[in-house]
Amino acid sequence: MIVGSTTSSDAVRLVTPTMLLLWLVLATVPLWIARIGLYPYLGIEILIWALYALAFNLVLGTAGLPSFGHGAYFGIGAYAFGLCQFDIVANLWICLAAAALAAGVAGAIVALFISHRRGIYYAFMTIAFGQIFWTLSIKSHRVTGGEDGLLKIRRLPADFGVVSFDLTDNVAFYYFVLAVFAVGIVVLWRLVHSPYGRVIAAIKQSEVRAAHLGYNVWLYKASVFTLSAALSGFAGGLFAMAQLAAFPDVMSLHQSGYVVMMTLVGGGLVSFWGPVIGVLLFLTARDVIGAFTNAWMLYFGLLFMAIVLFRPEGIAGAIAAAMQQHSLNALRRRGSSAMRLLFGGGR
Amino acid sequence: MSMIEAAGVHVRFGDRVVLESVDLAVAEGEFHGVMGPNGAGKTTFFNVLTGRVKPDRGSIRLGGEDVTGLSPHRIAAKGIARSFQIMTLFDEFSARDNVMMGLPAFRARGLDMIRAAAGDRSLLDQASGALAAVGLADKADVRAKDLSYGDRRALEIAVALAQAPRVLCLDEPTSGLGSDGVQRLATLVAQLKGKLTIVAIEHDMEFLFSLADRISVIHWGQVVARGTPQELQRNEWVRRSNLGKFA
Repeated sequence: MIVGSTTSSDAVRLVTPTMLLLWLVLATVPLWIARIGLYPYLGIEILIWALYALAFNLVLGTAGLPSFGHGAYFGIGAYAFGLCQFDIVANLWICLAAAALAAGVAGAIVALFISHRRGIYYAFMTIAFGQIFWTLSIKSHRVTGGEDGLLKIRRLPADFGVVSFDLTDNVAFYYFVLAVFAVGIVVLWRLVHSPYGRVIAAIKQSEVRAAHLGYNVWLYKASVFTLSAALSGFAGGLFAMAQLAAFPDVMSLHQSGYVVMMTLVGGGLVSFWGPVIGVLLFLTARDVIGAFTNAWMLYFGLLFMAIVLFRPEGIAGAIAAAMQQHSLNALRRRGSSAMRLLFGGGR
Repeated sequence: MSMIEAAGVHVRFGDRVVLESVDLAVAEGEFHGVMGPNGAGKTTFFNVLTGRVKPDRGSIRLGGEDVTGLSPHRIAAKGIARSFQIMTLFDEFSARDNVMMGLPAFRARGLDMIRAAAGDRSLLDQASGALAAVGLADKADVRAKDLSYGDRRALEIAVALAQAPRVLCLDEPTSGLGSDGVQRLATLVAQLKGKLTIVAIEHDMEFLFSLADRISVIHWGQVVARGTPQELQRNEWVRRSNLGKFA
């Protein structure tokens, strides 16, 4: 299976039953999250990282391009959001657009240099550029605040002209992020199942074949990387609002590795929903296992290794396989019932 | 005017000269066979023709237009479709989706991020037509990787046909096929003959000599003989070589 290849009826829908169910469940989170010992801010983090991981999976899962420095674009978005509200205009929509734009421009510049590459060379180039951006964020004290980060970023109100929502409270901000996440899901779902998404998925399988069918492979690779970077930057802008700051840490190599891990564990290579599952598992594990031990990453790392070794298609792949097995068993049961009816019982 | 005109094509990889002043002209609607021993430079010539390899010297003209050194996607858009010696399909896609990728109408929408890729009736009909032409109508929903070897070969040709090409380049299309598969392919190629220009590299001499209008023999990167199948059967070089045993 491959992301974007589905020809089911869901592929032509703008909103699917899975989306509706997911949004419904997520809308209830603030009502019960505190009762299970967690907190609303975790919900915000999960939604933002899920959006980021979905954007990242455009490159890794749909296009099959190994990008290991994607944290750079998430971080650039966070800085751009803060700098925009400090130096340009304190307007939520403009600052979020600036976050996407800045990360998109950075992504486009990188894409110019890497889109003729593939495989390990592509991966190394993404790491190298990610490290450059990370170093720049640390060294540019006057712009980014260096290692201290960009502090005092505000959660700007969501102004719709006639009505304005204050987002300083975590629950209000959660619902704002959920609304953005819902729109993001629809946009990404449609993109993955559009002709563009189909071409990207085809390029993943064979660049040579795609080129000989008349597709400009370089252009598609560059554009999907740029898009992914822009959307990651958008998520980064939301993250700056959530954290009320922007730090260089999210741009580091190990933080870039987190999003790869989340995506792979969740099953991003085979399912659109894989990154969402991965983020949910990763951040919940961080808080739940982290409550018992500082070495939570050791346990998550073991889980990651187990998945890579035994279920490389990730959790979403395992769920799909289990469902397939279930329907196969049901079919077998129906088959043997029919045989009993035809040829009598066992006696 | 020739549909394809290669003039003085010269390719070298490092110290090794792979093609040396190859001249080859293919008329519109002609089935032109290319034969020669392994390592003769046949596939490299195909790669030059389809933009995968840039020649060091020489030119390639398609319908009079110079296409030398253009990238594969631009040459494909100008009307040269190809199959590969080592089958190259989108394995995870269904047969129908593979064919759909080749349709010029789908290619024109390639940058469309708004509409759904599936569900366009006219594209589905075109794809079904191309599959029916190669006998795969009932396997449209089967993933390419789950098809039999012969069906995969047929699918490669269906994808190339879906491109509505002016020139169809087939790189060893009978390779790995059983006698039934070769017969099916021969019937298909016979139906296509005259409708579009076909250039085929082939080791199956019976297939080639029964279908080709003209054949060129490439050896050591040079065209050493050319002519109709009957002329080649009388050609001294071909008769002396291993190829003559089958001709």
